[in-house]
Amino acid sequence: MTGTDTQFPLELNQPRLSVKKPEQRYDKQGEMDDTERLDRAMRGFIKDFGATAALYMESCVHCGQCAEVCQYYVQTGDPKYTPIWKLEPFKQAYKRETGPFAPLFRIFNLKRRVTVRELEEWQELIYDSCTQCGRCTMVCPMGIDIASLVGLARHGMAAAGLVPHELWATVERAKREGSPLGATPAVLKDRIAWLEDEHSVEIPLDQERADVLMTISSIEVMKYPQSIVALARIMKRMGASWTFRSDGYEATNFSMFAGDQQGQRQASLKLIEAAIAVGAKTLILPECGHAYQALRWQGANLYGEPLPFRVVQIAEYLAEGIRQGKLQLQPVQSSVTFHDPCQIVRRGGVTEAPREVLRALGVELREMDAHGAYNWCCGGGGGVVTIHRADPLRYRTYQIKMQQVEDTGAELLVSTCSNCRQTFDDGQAHFHWDKTAQSLLELVADHLVTEQE
Amino acid sequence: MSTETDLLDFARGPALEAALIIMVFGIFWRLVGVLALRRPRDLSEPRVRHAWLGGVKTIFTRMWPRREFRPRILHWEAVSYLFHFGLAVVILGLVPHILLIRDITGLSWPGLPTGVITFAAGVSLISLLALLAHRATHPVLRQISNFDDYFSWLLVFTPLLTGLMAYYHLGGRYEDLLALHMLSAELLLAWLPFSKLAHTVLFAFSRGVTGTIYSRRGAQT
Ligand code: SF4
Ligand code: SF4
Repeated sequence: MTGTDTQFPLELNQPRLSVKKPEQRYDKQGEMDDTERLDRAMRGFIKDFGATAALYMESCVHCGQCAEVCQYYVQTGDPKYTPIWKLEPFKQAYKRETGPFAPLFRIFNLKRRVTVRELEEWQELIYDSCTQCGRCTMVCPMGIDIASLVGLARHGMAAAGLVPHELWATVERAKREGSPLGATPAVLKDRIAWLEDEHSVEIPLDQERADVLMTISSIEVMKYPQSIVALARIMKRMGASWTFRSDGYEATNFSMFAGDQQGQRQASLKLIEAAIAVGAKTLILPECGHAYQALRWQGANLYGEPLPFRVVQIAEYLAEGIRQGKLQLQPVQSSVTFHDPCQIVRRGGVTEAPREVLRALGVELREMDAHGAYNWCCGGGGGVVTIHRADPLRYRTYQIKMQQVEDTGAELLVSTCSNCRQTFDDGQAHFHWDKTAQSLLELVADHLVTEQE
Repeated sequence: MSTETDLLDFARGPALEAALIIMVFGIFWRLVGVLALRRPRDLSEPRVRHAWLGGVKTIFTRMWPRREFRPRILHWEAVSYLFHFGLAVVILGLVPHILLIRDITGLSWPGLPTGVITFAAGVSLISLLALLAHRATHPVLRQISNFDDYFSWLLVFTPLLTGLMAYYHLGGRYEDLLALHMLSAELLLAWLPFSKLAHTVLFAFSRGVTGTIYSRRGAQT
């Protein structure tokens, strides 16, 4: 345990609540009667309903293929985990209320009105058992992007106050303190000062102007502070003018996973405004999958106009540095397998960059049987890792990942997402597994060719 | 004129017309009802230009499952293909069908020998039965299936069966069977836009849209 951990105790290191058979439990927020809750759920769901989502709602042929690739169905064999079934109440509401044949459905009562009770029951399906990994999207013969529909369903659930408690609490804390894990601006400042001292690196904070705005996941700040040091070392080699900003550093966006759009927008705006304030040409997102999804692909849409800077994930930036010859690396003498974070690779499009970096590290890359866009999720995405009651289920899905990694026989497991990393750490402890997930960023920082002073 | 020929005339005339009108109007309504909804412009910086090309590509590539997914789905996918191919051969290859299509659209092409058609119809019927059994027994399919799935199945199965029976004069007078065949096919056409059978049209749109979104991100589709 590092010194900072005693200085800033982490809840994440506390033993997890591990009830063998958790009571079926539905969490609710706010006081309102059922009619209002239902009404809010439906309005929240419909609010951003465009042609694309409607098209998806119309297109399912009930072939069941999506179940066969979803980690939850594959591991449990329970048909309630069929991806498209997770949307059933919302699909029903859509057909009854807004679809092109809605009047027919209503007059003949072909689709019943959804009840709050049903939404409560579906909470487990919409949150605990979907990491929004998007694997089902890749198999669906109708090309339905189920993961994005789960996102819309979560908008409805959040509006109705039907979010699993820990995920909701995580979001509330992030809104209150600026970080879901207590990495407040003051904590960040302390941490940076301590890391600068300890590792004799320069970590610019709150510079007025900079070409690059660096952001960070509070998972890294609190659990993997060595990542910050790695960033500083790499930025020095890149020779770029860069800074962290205490008014816009937190890259995680659990509001997005909870379905709280207001919160999602606020979190993204902080980063966007900070980048504009320093005149950044580039905003670098850290090793965090959903941060990439939130800012790279949804940021501009919530902001309302195209972003006046480019947004890159750190692996993309590393690959650029390697291409430009700024990052010279010593070979890593190991075989490596790479875990593709779903939101960066399958749903983000950054498939090649991390592999380019690994090639530059001279590793023997042993791909998993299904990798890249067809990768299996670590089981902790979509906010699932925060939900305690979902732990037993999460460990079952994690077994797929463990097996995949084992099958490669690679010595090292590398990824580029700190949320995956903490899921791996937790799973490793749970199963007493001998593999630790490494950070691509740190691997690069540790293998920079020593500088001639 | 006997009532049977009346029935056949009805099937060939007003019923066919009505079915076609309902089908065309219904599909139009369903598509417009969906596509006329908001389509906000995506303001994120695309990684790939002309992403719609990726959308078009996906319409084709999604016809066959990826290697990673095959072990768990390929067998039933293959059965489904047998059914779809068989049906297509029957609909587009049988000379009377081609004549009917020529009457309606002016398009025409050479027909296939009846032996081929019979074989295709048989394959189609058998695979449909297998798919029904699969739907009725597999836990996932039991969970997600509804009235639409079974009724649509019935409406596809009936014209195939009555068509074969009419052709081989099995189980009744030719005119009766033919009238039955036509009426059941017309019911199928009229039901199509309101049901899952609309996937005959929708598949291109939903695949295309997802293909475009993912291509824009530089992701695989
Ligand atoms: S997004 Fe992933 S976890 Fe969610 S339903 Fe699809 S395959 Fe399952
Ligand atoms: S794979 Fe697609 S079409 Fe098939 S059941 Fe799932 S969502 Fe529906």
